[in-house]
Amino acid sequence: MAVSEAPSIQSSAPTAAGGTSGVWRVVRYAATRLVSLFLTTVVGVYLTILIANMGGHVDEIRRATIREELGTFIGMSQQYAHLTPSQRRELVEQLAQVEFRRLGLDQPFIVRSFRYLSNALVLNLGRAEQLTSDSGSSLVRLIILERLAPTLLLTGSAFLILFFVSVFAALALSRNYGGVLDRLAVALAPLSAAPSWFYGLFLILIFAALLRWLPFGGMVDAPPPPTRWGYFVSLVKHLILPVGSIVLSGIFVGIYSWRTFFLIYSSEDYVDMARAKGLSPRVIERRYILRPSLPFIVTSFALSLITLWGGSIILEQVFNWPGLGRLFYAAVQFFDTPIIVGNTIVYAYLLAITVFVLDFVYALVDPRVKVGGSEGRSV
Amino acid sequence: MTWLASNLRLLGRYPSAVAGLVVILVLVATAIYAVVSMPLTEAINLWRGGEGLWQDTPRNAAPAWLNLFRREKLPVTQVLDSRNLPAGKKVEDLGDGLTEIRIVLPFEFNYDGFPQEVGVFTYATFRQARPHATMRWVTPDGREIPVVDSSLRSSDQFRLSQDSRLTRRLRNQPADVGLFADPNATTPRPLKGTYQLVVEGLVFEEGADIDVKLVVYGQLHGLAGTDHRRRDLMLALLWGTPIALIMGFVAAVGASLSTMLIAAIGTWYGGWVDGLIQRITELNLILPVLPILIMIGTLYSRSLVVIMGLFVLLSVFSGGIKTYRAIFLQVKESPYIESARSYSASNMRIVFRYMIPRVLPVLIPQFVTLIPSFVFLEATLSVLGLGDPLLPTWGKVLWEAEANGAVFNGHYYWILAPSVLLLLTGLGFSMLGFTLDRVFNPRLRGL
Repeated sequence: MAVSEAPSIQSSAPTAAGGTSGVWRVVRYAATRLVSLFLTTVVGVYLTILIANMGGHVDEIRRATIREELGTFIGMSQQYAHLTPSQRRELVEQLAQVEFRRLGLDQPFIVRSFRYLSNALVLNLGRAEQLTSDSGSSLVRLIILERLAPTLLLTGSAFLILFFVSVFAALALSRNYGGVLDRLAVALAPLSAAPSWFYGLFLILIFAALLRWLPFGGMVDAPPPPTRWGYFVSLVKHLILPVGSIVLSGIFVGIYSWRTFFLIYSSEDYVDMARAKGLSPRVIERRYILRPSLPFIVTSFALSLITLWGGSIILEQVFNWPGLGRLFYAAVQFFDTPIIVGNTIVYAYLLAITVFVLDFVYALVDPRVKVGGSEGRSV
Repeated sequence: MTWLASNLRLLGRYPSAVAGLVVILVLVATAIYAVVSMPLTEAINLWRGGEGLWQDTPRNAAPAWLNLFRREKLPVTQVLDSRNLPAGKKVEDLGDGLTEIRIVLPFEFNYDGFPQEVGVFTYATFRQARPHATMRWVTPDGREIPVVDSSLRSSDQFRLSQDSRLTRRLRNQPADVGLFADPNATTPRPLKGTYQLVVEGLVFEEGADIDVKLVVYGQLHGLAGTDHRRRDLMLALLWGTPIALIMGFVAAVGASLSTMLIAAIGTWYGGWVDGLIQRITELNLILPVLPILIMIGTLYSRSLVVIMGLFVLLSVFSGGIKTYRAIFLQVKESPYIESARSYSASNMRIVFRYMIPRVLPVLIPQFVTLIPSFVFLEATLSVLGLGDPLLPTWGKVLWEAEANGAVFNGHYYWILAPSVLLLLTGLGFSMLGFTLDRVFNPRLRGL
């Protein structure tokens, strides 16, 4: 879970301390950080290209498929019926070479892998090899954009509900520490051991199969309702179960870990001190508990936000949701490198930018953070 | 060790930990029973289900204990084999090498529902001349319905329910309804009482013989029901237990120990070692896990051990390493480490004898909470088509149920049994783990 990996960033965060040397230090830090993040991205994307092509093994599969398809086509065709078998084989080989050149298969994989890399790095995503978008385009950009909206709708709404409900519920619980609700939250936390698709199966069984209240899957009714309002209602109906299963699988442990987190912060000495001073609970909560935990909350929010990219492969599969997760799964099965690489590069850039920006956000919201400080406050 | 004992005693005070332990113990007992009662190779063979292995079980039958909760009892499978019922078989020599074999297979049918299917299997031994058999179905009210009239090969199957001529003769009812229906009832209702299958066979050679097996497939079967390939789900549910436990345990030990070790070494040596570990972790965040797993699955091996091993390896360099790093950075600066250095303890000694033991209390609960995630991981891999091709596991049962439309067709038992087991395992370990966390982790103690 991103919640637990968040605090690491602070250990190498800069400061905005005044003076020219301070500015110079920040610039130098930013530059080295950028270079290192960029190098990580390059290596990561190159490895992805190698993996998506199985180190060039996919080329052999594709060459064989092209030859076989051409062979069947020419064998079935009336036009070539008069050719002798050896002439036919020659023709297949000729056409195959043309096709190889069209797909770039005539060049060694190593050369192509670097072309993939350079294209990916400048976000020139190119064309997919097998898959197309629903509108018929094979441009990776369009395919990804088409799937992006459903994924963001599903994972985005689930994430927002999950994050805000668990943070605010946890705050309320930590205020009433030891109460019935608090103990209930602790007792329910183990329920989050199951992944979201697992809850999805259950919800489908109950609400779609047994009660017939909600649809089994998909994004809208087929055919889609003609009116805008009808479309919206149908969309919401289809959204309830998948969002519900993501929320169910995350909410218990979310509330539990945030509650524990707030409790740890509220047992610090300075909070006791504030209480002793007789400050009101509201002020204590805002200034003494929320303020110091803000960097952690921000990091956790940002890092979980970018994992929304890509959606949830299995949940989308279970609910038949036309999102990025299913696209990615299909691409992996067809060895459609451009889509896999396109998906990965966008994710890598989002991650790198978020990590980079977070370093500075940290310095802004947490005055204790120092350049290269490795005191490693544990949480 | 005294702190361990006192902590364990402390654990007894938390009801959730006790409940978790009970669940785990029950699962371990089930696992031991599964391993003792059936060797793995036999389980795998049965689960792969070769020809004829699952002849006597119904397709997609719900568990038999459902009858306890039903007013209208549904039939369970009855198997009548003339090889086990020598009393029903009469052999009469008609001379000229001609022998008549008469087999009567009587059975009680006292259910309120029709069977799922009726099948007759014949086994004949002969050298050249194929024996001939006619079979009659005798109902409790004395009607006789001819069902089979055929010469036999060494083994034959007569699926009466799929015999279209028989269906026509039974007024367009398939055999499973038509043979059992009460002729006076307006809506089809089974007639209760003793049914008989009477087989009259003629063999034309010295020493030739016929045997008949009648299978009246029920709508319910066994403790767990059956799947679309007639396999008894109990097999997979039972054998899935040791597989899930061993896998969860080994993977969790491997993942948590190696994560901690790498984090400890990284923080102790610092410099380029630490930098390298950090970079690998960042790199690993970008790499898409699924294609890596699929690549290994396609090119190398789909065995659960390989795929899980790879997944553990990938999960070592993830968020966990940073959490441990933060803890070790604090530990590294403690005075006792400094004193160890002052007597010139070796690096490895400091890492293994001073740093890691200090962090173990944090490790134990984390490791227990990790187990269910690896148990569910197996199910997730099955869903992605990366499941082990041989082993009977819960995840595979669950996914086959999903893929074969168990929800749409109302075979809820098929989904519920493996899910409940998965959920129970998950709950057991995480209830224990969460409590351990509160007991062992001094910052959480009392929270």
